Amino acid sequence: VSPAQVLRRIGFYVFVAAVTAFFALPMLWLVTAPFTRNPTLAVSWPDFTLGNFRHLTDDPDALPSLYNSAVLALWTMLVTVAVAALAAYALSRVRVPGRDGILYLLLLLSSVITGTAAMVPIFQLMVKLHLLDKDIGVILVMTGGLLPAAIFILKDFMDTMPKSYEESARVFGANSFQVLGHVVLPNVRPGLATIAVWAVVNVWGNFLMPFLLYRTPEKQPAAVTLNNFYTEGGQPNLALISTFSLLYSIPVVLMFLFVSRRYGFRFHGGIKA
Amino acid sequence: MAPQDTLPARAGTAAPGEVPGGGDRRQGLAFVLPALLLITVFLVLPALWTLYLGLTDYRLTGTQAAHPKVVGLSNYTNALRDHDFRDALGRTLLFVFGSAIIGQNLLGFALAWTLRSTPVATPHRPPGSTPVATPHRPPGSTRRWVRSVVETLVLLAWILPGVVVAWLWIAFLKDQGGTLDAILHTPGRDWWFDHPMGSLIVFNVWRGTAFSMMLFTAALSSVPPSQLEAARLAGAGGWQTLRDVVIPGIRGHILTNTLLISLWTFNDFTPYLITKGEPHGASAVLPVYIYLTALPGERLGFASAISLIMLLINLLLALAYVRILRRRA
Repeated sequence: VSPAQVLRRIGFYVFVAAVTAFFALPMLWLVTAPFTRNPTLAVSWPDFTLGNFRHLTDDPDALPSLYNSAVLALWTMLVTVAVAALAAYALSRVRVPGRDGILYLLLLLSSVITGTAAMVPIFQLMVKLHLLDKDIGVILVMTGGLLPAAIFILKDFMDTMPKSYEESARVFGANSFQVLGHVVLPNVRPGLATIAVWAVVNVWGNFLMPFLLYRTPEKQPAAVTLNNFYTEGGQPNLALISTFSLLYSIPVVLMFLFVSRRYGFRFHGGIKA
Repeated sequence: MAPQDTLPARAGTAAPGEVPGGGDRRQGLAFVLPALLLITVFLVLPALWTLYLGLTDYRLTGTQAAHPKVVGLSNYTNALRDHDFRDALGRTLLFVFGSAIIGQNLLGFALAWTLRSTPVATPHRPPGSTPVATPHRPPGSTRRWVRSVVETLVLLAWILPGVVVAWLWIAFLKDQGGTLDAILHTPGRDWWFDHPMGSLIVFNVWRGTAFSMMLFTAALSSVPPSQLEAARLAGAGGWQTLRDVVIPGIRGHILTNTLLISLWTFNDFTPYLITKGEPHGASAVLPVYIYLTALPGERLGFASAISLIMLLINLLLALAYVRILRRRA
């Protein structure tokens, strides 16, 4: 073993140690504070108490807001997957002039018109449509934002599916909906799962849209409620905040593990999935 | 066969790849319609509305709320002259440049390069010797373990919800027992107050490096091993190989990555969750500034003008990206 190789090994481990510390240190609080009695911002050895979780179940907003998040995420996911599957199938199989142009234009639009850049008109639009403070408003706005990328990804999956499957179904007299439901969709299940998980994670973590579009505290999803835990003295209630953060993060981490185990991570036109 | 090329495909005569069956085009349109409708109303319409709102003196309350007046381009000229806006834009450029273009790109590449599956150095094999002893060191189990731990941590930082991450970084950099103060023995130092932009940049490197790491890992596996081997045989060192073989081979990926992470960083609302723009607007990047102007500030017309400027910058970045994407397709 030459000295150069020894140096390189040392360099490798120093780099790895530094990176590990950089990424791990900010996360420590998330695993210690929820199990500490009266936690502060400091990371300290936990007391291994579950008292904070008990306080959280007593809070009138905490658990209902997780339920609100789940409702929002599931509805947005269902609408996005259904609408995107129909559109992607048509765009994959029917030759429309300028189809690729349309697809790229849609992708362009969804990356340009972000929630942050369009928050003012979206707020205005919801006021005019009388959809402010309504679940359906938030669901539709988020679906509109997710659809272009969802169509783009699903069309990719459908393009790789052999057409002969559909043709043989046609021979037996299946109509387009039957072909879609019984032949195409079962064959692009990985694509549908990708879109579904991606939509759920996106909605689950989205803060800005519900923050803008809901007025009633009881309707808020978890992302907004997390910032509304205060003590009687008006200070942030760190016991509830840390415990709720942990509970709220677990589904995302589980879904991430599911996807990376099952399908691995792939790049679909660089879409953040 | 010529008519099939010009006429819509009909039942029984469908060209390969088309949906057979009557009235394809119409049915295709019916399938696409719900998507088009939703995208038009909830994505395109808001963008167009920005154009109009930016020309008015629309406010959230008061007479201008009921009867907004068209004030022409004055919102835009005011914005360009407004010091708060120009400061916010400057901070945003610093944020994008420091945390995405430099930070995430470099750290993401460094991680992908150091943790790649092929060993760092291959032991020298004299030319002509039989390759019985395989020139590639088997990837040690320690190395694999280290790799999966680091990758998991980096990915975790990326997938945790933004609101949670914001609290983690408040706890990390605040005074009153913040983790960094405990490590550096600087009790009572509030990094978010003393260095708001520096802290935001470090935070966003932590938050977003995972994407660059994954993209560069995929890119590096596409560099042909024969080229690396040729560089090694020509006596090139690690840095030379990087500069002359690897970087030119993945230039397209670097460009793609830079554009995407710039776009996302530019539009990131997480800074609001951490600092709300404090202290005194010193951490108000453009998304935060728009929010503060529009809702607590109630100046919707002015905020719309700034939104449009933001949309135009997004458009430039996205157009460049789609151009690369199409060229590769």
